[in-house]
Amino acid sequence: MGHISLKQVTKSFGATNVIPPLDLEINDGEFVVFVGPSGCGKSTLLRLIAGLEDVTSGTIAINGNDATMIPPAKRGLAMVFQSYALYPHMSVRKNIGFPLKMAGISKEEAEQKIASAAEVLNLTDYLDRRPGQLSGGQRQRVAIGRAIVREPDAFLFDEPLSNLDAALRVNMRLEISELHNSLKTTMIYVTHDQVEAMTMADKIVVLRAGYIEQVGSPLELYRSPANLFVAGFIGSPKMNFVEGKDAEAEGAHTIGVRPEHLTVSKTSGQWKGTVGVSEHLGSDTFLRVNVEGLEPLTVRADGEVELYHGDTVYLTPEPSKLYRFDADGKAI
Amino acid sequence: MATQHSRSAARLMLAPAVILLLGWMLVPLTMTLYFSFKKYLPLRGGDLGWVGFDNYIRFVTSSAFWPSVMTTLLIVGGVLVITVVLGVLLAILLDQPMWGQGVVRILVIAPFFVMPTVSALVWKNMFMDPVNGILAHLWKAFGATPIEWLSQASVPSLIMIVSWQWLPFATLILLTAIQSLDSSQLEAAEIDGAPPVKRFWYITLPHLSRAITIVILIQSIFLLAVFAEIFVTTGGAFGTRTLTYLIFQRVLESQNVGLGSAGGVYAIILANIIAIFLMRIVGKNLDA
Ligand SMILES: Nc1ncnc2c1ncn2[C@@H]1O[C@H](COP(=O)(O)OP(=O)(O)O)[C@@H](O)[C@H]1O
Ligand SMILES: [Mg+2]
Repeated sequence: MGHISLKQVTKSFGATNVIPPLDLEINDGEFVVFVGPSGCGKSTLLRLIAGLEDVTSGTIAINGNDATMIPPAKRGLAMVFQSYALYPHMSVRKNIGFPLKMAGISKEEAEQKIASAAEVLNLTDYLDRRPGQLSGGQRQRVAIGRAIVREPDAFLFDEPLSNLDAALRVNMRLEISELHNSLKTTMIYVTHDQVEAMTMADKIVVLRAGYIEQVGSPLELYRSPANLFVAGFIGSPKMNFVEGKDAEAEGAHTIGVRPEHLTVSKTSGQWKGTVGVSEHLGSDTFLRVNVEGLEPLTVRADGEVELYHGDTVYLTPEPSKLYRFDADGKAI
Repeated sequence: MATQHSRSAARLMLAPAVILLLGWMLVPLTMTLYFSFKKYLPLRGGDLGWVGFDNYIRFVTSSAFWPSVMTTLLIVGGVLVITVVLGVLLAILLDQPMWGQGVVRILVIAPFFVMPTVSALVWKNMFMDPVNGILAHLWKAFGATPIEWLSQASVPSLIMIVSWQWLPFATLILLTAIQSLDSSQLEAAEIDGAPPVKRFWYITLPHLSRAITIVILIQSIFLLAVFAEIFVTTGGAFGTRTLTYLIFQRVLESQNVGLGSAGGVYAIILANIIAIFLMRIVGKNLDA
């Protein structure tokens, strides 16, 4: 069981209002990702759910029961912190076993749970080490181990991968996804990285300045962003936005076209431009094309395309993949 | 930079400082050792020649020796316990966000700037005086007979005075240590189901262990040499004669430099025993 429901939740620190009234439903077993730029209130929202911050108004219900006033330890949630927050003077075994010890579980039972968590997380050989003697990825796994032994109703992750290097991040991403597949427990995951959101989430919640801009599955957000902000935030490289007469021709204030939905031609097309920077990745080629009267456009072309700085190209958007936005930035 | 050449140049340039410091330490130490083997009575005949280990034997066999060692340990131990326990509590208190934090912190640190002689005199005359002291008035207000602090409870009184002086030091060191504790560790423990007392016991206290070690080591060094507080309050009477005070009496009051020097050597040995002992108990915290 791990159903969490937020109703009209707000949070202010003194005079600054970080979370305006916010409603959100998180269903049992879902992998929900809160994504948004730094400082938009993702951590605050997670800490409200965990009970580390008190809501200014509104209610939080867990499994149908009002949990707004329940202390963190009693909410049945486990949290993994960005800094791992391991206890530096305890061995890995004691770190993982700490919640069990606090719950008054017998030594034998705790030992057995620690062993099985360590098994899942490949930590068996490190149980007697201190956190200081582990690599970043191992510390992360200890933090996760400490969370799973509690068998919580939901896991909360606050940017757990941001301290790891790129290769390790991809690995841990997979491990957390696999963990979710095997445990089938609700997970709430906070990140500013839209790639993490797209790859891991069942449901993405896009936040800006405390407001929920859109909620949906990764592909829903990709296919039909509700507004300019979501359109620009989801997808990599970023969507191109064009204003002016090209947009008016489509009956919109702004039109958006993703880099992968632009066709490149050397002979003819809608927009004529010159290649600025070209990045040849092998599988893809990213071109930055300067078009007169427009912002530079990013194009995702075939990996083998032979275009370099200064070449003249013609770009045409796929008409069915064109996004149209009104003057307020809302999708039409 | 670490070439052979630059290293020897560095040694050469360090030499004056090292030699000065060595001299500073070695000259008094050598002189103490030298006099401890002599019968030297400045006002009663001066240098009366070598006497071997006579002074050492006389110093330990005097009836004042063991009581003075016990008093020393009692005062050092008492002050350490009080300053560390209260220091931890005060540090936790001062770490809480509160109104007037800056002023309160300065007030807490203030006793450290008062000279030992002055603070001991203030305690003696304004607090502990059996007629005019604040404590005497307090006792009378409750209808009790005032305590003659410095004669009836002399060692506890001294412990109180010295603790008052050293509490700021302990608090300051422990406060900086507490401020370096990652708050997410406490939050993690809170979510893991640890109530405040257990969070203190399992997270805060282990985090402070290194700072506590440092406080204990530094304070023991200074506390073994406490002198002014005893001099201006009890003058070594009422069982407050510490090893340091005994040495002072032998050299200056009895004018027996040789005997006092032997006592000085014992004090050095005692200090080293305590230092090694403390290092053993708490030393593992230093390299953790
Ligand atoms: N304890 C606090 N006191 C005052 N302001 C805070 C506090 N915690 C967060 N904030 C403010 O709330 C906003 C959101 O912070 P946060 O939730 O940490 O953002 P994110 O995790 O999305 O980067 C920020 O503007 C931050 O300055
Ligand atoms: Mg954050």
